Amino acid sequence: MARALAQRRKPSKPATPARDHAPAPALQLPQLDRLIHERIRLGIVSALATNASLSFKDLKRILKTTDGNLSVHARKLEEAEYISCLKYFEARVPRTEYRLTAAGRRALTQYLDQMEHWIRVTREE
Amino acid sequence: MPHSRQHHLRRPHRPTHAIFPRTPNPTIDPGSVNPADDLRFIRDTMERSASFTAVPGWGQVILGLTALAAAYIAAHQPNPSAWLKVWLAEAVLAVIIAFISIRWKANRRGLPLFTGPGRKVALGLFPPTIAAALLTFLLQRNGMTAALAPTWLLLYGAGIITGGLYSVPAVPVMGLCFMATGALAAVAPAAWLNGNAANYFLAAGFGGLHIVFGFLIARRHGG
Repeated sequence: MARALAQRRKPSKPATPARDHAPAPALQLPQLDRLIHERIRLGIVSALATNASLSFKDLKRILKTTDGNLSVHARKLEEAEYISCLKYFEARVPRTEYRLTAAGRRALTQYLDQMEHWIRVTREE
Repeated sequence: MPHSRQHHLRRPHRPTHAIFPRTPNPTIDPGSVNPADDLRFIRDTMERSASFTAVPGWGQVILGLTALAAAYIAAHQPNPSAWLKVWLAEAVLAVIIAFISIRWKANRRGLPLFTGPGRKVALGLFPPTIAAALLTFLLQRNGMTAALAPTWLLLYGAGIITGGLYSVPAVPVMGLCFMATGALAAVAPAAWLNGNAANYFLAAGFGGLHIVFGFLIARRHGG
């Protein structure tokens, strides 16, 4: 009984490693833009692609995210000059408005092309 | 026991990235990419954000102004038949204005006209509009002209609520206000509705509510 308990307490070595890293497929897959690949950032760019401009509040509602999360990701896109940010006051209330730049639109188009290419390559395989 | 001010949770001499190492490889793991899911996410986000712009605010303001004019003209008609003709003409004019303004807004934003939220609004509005048209015919045939104003307001409000569920909150709220106006008209004495009260209710609904909510939508949601 005691031996059985001791065996149970003893940490057993897993038969397979915890994280099984599969080898990368040998397909000719396109190199994706890491900046736009992240979900919130992809959402920001996609939402701005169909609107001339969107406020911080609108984007928060569309993407169902928090102030901090949206702010961090929007700043990354702003630093990459994919979006432009305009801060102003409306009746003493601060407003933040975002717009997609030409570089941002190009990046989204390229990302969509890459996704199509990715689907095509994986289907052919 | 001596009081220690040392922080035990994070050692100050140890850099944060030693505890939480940054990803050394900046490339994306191909196994984590799901193109179909990504494309679906992009499409959904675009549709959700388009709901901010699908309803034309300025179009509604113009529509409200024509409704006020129609109410004024209808109030000066000698019989119910002529009164009905004025409002039917206004309905045709309203459809034309709505179509032009939706198209103008969609073109300005580079959005497709009858896909995504636009299609949902149209599908939501379509059944109550057909019901209103058939009930207008039925009530007019039975000489119940007094019931027309509340019927139109209630059904239009119901259509706006169902169609506007996918749009900005202002749209379903406007539908609710239309239904409230229609409910008030429904409980009003028939003698009032046979007089000028029907025009007042219709002017308040199709005129006032369209102008107020149209202005709000135009200001907050880009035209």
